[in-house]
Amino acid sequence: MFNSPADVSERLAAVDYLSDDSIATSVFLAAALGKPLLAEGPAGVGKTQLAKAVAQATGANLIRLQCYEGLDEARALYEWNYKKQLLRIQATSSDDDIFSEEFLLERPLLKAIRSAEPTVLLIDETDKADVEVEGLLLELLSDFQITIPELGTIEATLRPFVVLTSNATRELSEALKRRCLYLHIEYPTQERERDIVLAQVPTLPGDLAEQLARTVATLRALELKKAPSVAETIDWARTLLALGREELDESTVAGTLGVVLKHASDQARARKELGL
Amino acid sequence: MSLVDRHVGFVHALREAGLPVSLAEGLDAARALRVIDLTERESLRAAYAATLVKKPAYRPGFDMLFDLWFPSSTSGMDGRPADDAPLPDLREHLSRLLAGATDPEMREFARAMVERFGRQPAAEGRQNWFSYSVMRALSPETLMARILQGVPRGGLEEKSTRQRVTANIKRFEDAVATDVRRRIAEDSGIERIARSAVRPPLDQLDFLRITRADLVRLRREVHPLARRLAARLTIRQRHGRRGRLDFRRTVRASLSTGGVPMDPRFRPPRPHKPELVILCDTSDSVSSFAHFTLLLTYALREQFTKVRAFGFVDTVDEITRFFAPGGDVSEALAKLATEANMSRFGRTNYGRAFEEFAEKDVIGPKTSLLILGDARSNYQPPALDTLKRLVKDARHAYWLNPEPRRQWDSGDSLATSYGSIVPMRECRNIAQLAEFIERLA
Repeated sequence: MFNSPADVSERLAAVDYLSDDSIATSVFLAAALGKPLLAEGPAGVGKTQLAKAVAQATGANLIRLQCYEGLDEARALYEWNYKKQLLRIQATSSDDDIFSEEFLLERPLLKAIRSAEPTVLLIDETDKADVEVEGLLLELLSDFQITIPELGTIEATLRPFVVLTSNATRELSEALKRRCLYLHIEYPTQERERDIVLAQVPTLPGDLAEQLARTVATLRALELKKAPSVAETIDWARTLLALGREELDESTVAGTLGVVLKHASDQARARKELGL
Repeated sequence: MSLVDRHVGFVHALREAGLPVSLAEGLDAARALRVIDLTERESLRAAYAATLVKKPAYRPGFDMLFDLWFPSSTSGMDGRPADDAPLPDLREHLSRLLAGATDPEMREFARAMVERFGRQPAAEGRQNWFSYSVMRALSPETLMARILQGVPRGGLEEKSTRQRVTANIKRFEDAVATDVRRRIAEDSGIERIARSAVRPPLDQLDFLRITRADLVRLRREVHPLARRLAARLTIRQRHGRRGRLDFRRTVRASLSTGGVPMDPRFRPPRPHKPELVILCDTSDSVSSFAHFTLLLTYALREQFTKVRAFGFVDTVDEITRFFAPGGDVSEALAKLATEANMSRFGRTNYGRAFEEFAEKDVIGPKTSLLILGDARSNYQPPALDTLKRLVKDARHAYWLNPEPRRQWDSGDSLATSYGSIVPMRECRNIAQLAEFIERLA
């Protein structure tokens, strides 16, 4: 898939995803070793975006499984088309096999396994799902196969590139982590954030992007309930552009604080600490 | 040392420092070494981190050990003042670095400075290395004023510059410390210095020995746990009660019986928000633990709709009002210390606290009761019957004790007596708290 970590960062940059050393190396290793990549970190640092960028950079299909509490096998793996099965039983008096391919409904995981084209499988917000779902994933993640009791084992024709994301609201199981490479994505450094903003909002003047990155870094250092995410920094950049501001001075920050801080207590704190 | 030896030694050291590195993960790391460019040190670090370090709390310890096992080469000394440059020039250079420098620049300068200022001759032919002498010679924190020259005062600009410089001073300190450790390791062996230098990972820090700086970092760990605890208690209530009929799954299940619905399926009922009552010991003997429990209380307060918190030393006071959701945690803790009425004589008295707590009559059949404390009651009457009644009235009751289990029952501890009434758990660090929460359901 990739030749080297440098190749990864180049090709991701070509689709406007600016990686850093650890992101590039982890993605490269995940592809080279054929292992799933677990990306963990605060909300809005670009974990999901990473999976999308990898898919785009390699020209692969993206299959996404959004996790939530109560997600089960029938939604994640496969389901039997019971209506069709019922009809078949009623229509033919013979004892047809109603557990065959034609009655199988594919769900994201099975689809990713059976896809003949290069695929990026994104299992988003894994920590939102119940612990049982992790059990469900184990077979897929270690052997790239799925066992359906009535049908047998289905092996991957082409190993998908698997990215799991998690906001670390709960600790994922040891068994799951052992099967994955682990990438902790933190808020970007000031320089990188400036570049990300410029990549996403190319019309923004360079020194304004610089100021923006610096201000956001200052905000993150305060003890906030919800630190501004990269996505919010980009929103902020767009806001400034729309307002036609050329500089990020105190009054501009005070006026547009709502774009990045979304708790009243956080805003109050920022006003107090930054003397707005 | 060959690469294999180095790899094995490194993995070993990680395990010794408390990182759970499994055999499979060690093999993954070895495989990773075959596909990456070994001369790229940061790539190597990232490869080891991706395969071996699966929790952010382990990262600082990992980085420290990595720097010892895979020290950066000491070549390339260009672009910095000569070794014999006068001190003012060095400080000038440092202030430029503090205003903004890349990692290699910072590391290189730190290395040169350790070489110059960090050496202290010890016994014959040996030398000691210290970071404090480097920091004393250069005193980076006094450079702040110089860097702030030309920055408009009192505004956002000053604030963000200050913060960047402070962060960079910390980076410089870390770079110096890393290099000092590397030099000591060269003299006296990696294993020896590794053992003494690595602090336990954040989730294994003892609550009773926590520093203020740790607390700030712990705050971030506690929030997700509180959310988890809230979810867990909700799940417990969900078990055993049935919800509405799930028509689709019932029909599906009836296939095996020829369309006769023998086995009705139900949807899970809507989760009920449980009520949580927290009773925590806030006395001095457990002050750092108390600080932590208050953090936990605060986090829980945001997760539950109905949570009431009570603090006690020898008298009980409801402290829920200090933890309004959306409020500021540090302010809440400060107000709590000055305004709450939890201490009359200042000596912990669990018995009296339980009596008073029972009078408040806050426990009902829907309540989960969480007691946090070390069960040391200064030889006062324990009021076991009162506690028994409280526990009987509550839906669930748990006791988390911050003391090591082997110290229970020593001196004035009533751990076993209380533990026979309320299931008591040792809870000395984040890892144990997380385990308690995971086992709840």
